[in-house]
Amino acid sequence: MPAIFTPKVITANALLEGDVVYLTRNDTWSRNLMDADVLTDEADAQIRLIDASARTDEVVGVYLADVSAGSDGPKPTHFREAFRMRGPSNYPHGKQSEAL
Amino acid sequence: MYRYTDFDAAFVAERNAQFRAQVERRIDGSLTEDEFKPLRLMNGLYLQLHAYMLRVAIPYGTLNSAQMRQLAYIAERWDKGYGHFTTRQNIQFNWPTLRDVPDMLDALAEVQMHAIQTSGNTIRNVTADHFAGAAADEIADPRPVAELIRQWSTDHPEFQFLPRKFKIAVTGSPNDRAVTKAHDIGLRMVRNDAGEPGFEVIVGGGLGRTPMIGKVVRDFLPEADLLPYLEAVVSVWNLLGRRDNKYKSRIKITVHEHGIDDIRARVEERFALLRPAFTGVDQQLFAQIKSDFEPPAFKDRDVAPFDQAYANDPVFRSWADTNLSAHRAPGHAIAQISLKAHGATPGDATADQMRIMADLAERYGYDELRISHEQNVVLPHVHKADLPAIHAALKAAGLATANIGKISDIIACPGMDYCALATARSIPIAQEIATRFDQLKLEHEVGDLKIKISGCINACGHHHVGHIGILGLDRAGVENYQITLGGDHTETAAIGQRTGPGFSAEEIVPAIERIVDTYLSERDSADEAFIDTFRRVGMTPFKTALYGESDKKQKAA
Ligand code: HEM
Ligand code: SF4
Repeated sequence: MPAIFTPKVITANALLEGDVVYLTRNDTWSRNLMDADVLTDEADAQIRLIDASARTDEVVGVYLADVSAGSDGPKPTHFREAFRMRGPSNYPHGKQSEAL
Repeated sequence: MYRYTDFDAAFVAERNAQFRAQVERRIDGSLTEDEFKPLRLMNGLYLQLHAYMLRVAIPYGTLNSAQMRQLAYIAERWDKGYGHFTTRQNIQFNWPTLRDVPDMLDALAEVQMHAIQTSGNTIRNVTADHFAGAAADEIADPRPVAELIRQWSTDHPEFQFLPRKFKIAVTGSPNDRAVTKAHDIGLRMVRNDAGEPGFEVIVGGGLGRTPMIGKVVRDFLPEADLLPYLEAVVSVWNLLGRRDNKYKSRIKITVHEHGIDDIRARVEERFALLRPAFTGVDQQLFAQIKSDFEPPAFKDRDVAPFDQAYANDPVFRSWADTNLSAHRAPGHAIAQISLKAHGATPGDATADQMRIMADLAERYGYDELRISHEQNVVLPHVHKADLPAIHAALKAAGLATANIGKISDIIACPGMDYCALATARSIPIAQEIATRFDQLKLEHEVGDLKIKISGCINACGHHHVGHIGILGLDRAGVENYQITLGGDHTETAAIGQRTGPGFSAEEIVPAIERIVDTYLSERDSADEAFIDTFRRVGMTPFKTALYGESDKKQKAA
């Protein structure tokens, strides 16, 4: 039996603004985790990662991040991804302050 | 204060123009990130969790009011209206966009500042005692030395691709406020028996994942031999340093692996070769630089306004008792401005606060400001008669917290709120500890106590040398905080010892409270500081307070 594959999203930082972006189903970058394409197949995830990593004039540091896929969209499973999704905890800066 | 020569100004302008072109080439796609990253790091530009971060050097922590105002302007124009002062006498802007960075660098150059060699495997911003040129206990001002080293090391062709970063700190006082023993090279200005000026040279200190206290490689180096000797140390390490393994590449590991005697012998051999090449041009330069650091003409005035405020205003008195230090000139004091208001982010100042500090420096402080490695701002030269007015202005700006050296004067690295390398947050822990002890009104009862927090093993928050050190880790996807006790960042430097298993984010503040309670009940009098009590009674009572008796019982069984 193959190991269970934890669902993933592709994430990176935008080249110009430096902020966190997620890859959507139609291969655009979104600032909002809710829009991210949740990848449930390992082979598919690896191919999408390679393609996304090649887009070096749009983003920096592309990687796969674990999420839990619920009915109300993907949720981060690790606190680091939760911070990336929200922004810092000492000021209301970053995504938490932007109208999404 | 040192002023850029035409050469310096042209050099910085050229670097900025180069970097502007590199940014453009990155944006138009002709440079890949792999090509661009080392270039941006050479210019102090990082990519963190939520945004880019620009790290600007404040050489030997010294700023004038125009520079501070320009930092305020940059914070407002291109960032979110504040800046973060760090333990390495830098300021970090947390929210620039890539396109804006070249303009920010040009704005810095207007006031003779830059971000060169604030990152990368180079000789980094040279740090110095933040009381330099002012402290009553000082032998000589370390800043001319730091400036000389800066000029020698900036763009030095041999030292642009070192095995790893290289950090130098200088102190001119026997009371070490520059943490010289935790740097790759620490220089202590001393005099020999004949009264001649020179240096005690310490090598191989460092924090990070393998903390080491530096060792004395030369107990007296004549002043004129400084640059050839430094060059000898750096080039010996440049050859021996482990380029194969980034965790073993710092000179502390080289010294540890080869032993200090072997390193000393190699350095002396290399020094003998290099010394004749230094024909004295460096000493002429040094003399010139020294003249740029002539002390201001201190005026002796009546200190009655100070005495009056001290006698009548308890808030002023408390601030004066905590935030002032002895100045070498009669009637003067060194005033520290705390960037650690209870519950605020350690080291952050808003643009408005920066302007107020600049105004105070210009009006009362011979136009000088300092940034301390403890993330506070210093007015190094103020007359005591002016202190009541200074205090009133600081109070109005939320800058008059009377807590220097106390439990809420916490060093905290940016941690996982900003830093891409972090394993846990550090800022909220600092905020909570400060808020808690302020509520308990215990701060002044507890007295001198240094808490230092890092958000990962890299130890940017100096946790190893905190009296209480806190290290944030990721334990199976949950933030966990390890405590060390007994660290010391001064001339009696020591690495703290781990208490035992770590604590969760919810448990860490109560754990710190138990440590402080233990100190209060163990100390032999209110005059015995935390670190002295720890040295006298050892770890056991603190361990018991943290983990209960079970540990001991198990061992006894
Ligand atoms: C983007 C944020 C930062 C990154 C990526 C970063 C990276 C690192 C790394 C990798 C080390 C370990 C070096 C080694 O052991 O070889 C280190 C050490 C250190 N950093 Fe940072 N750092 C950051 C922010 C800061 C800040 C904000 C400060 C000042 C508050 C700082 C001051 C230091 C100090 C004092 C050390 C320990 C001394 C040493 O052994 O070099 N760093 N940093
Ligand atoms: S100690 Fe770790 S978390 Fe803190 S600033 Fe340094 S690298 Fe980042």
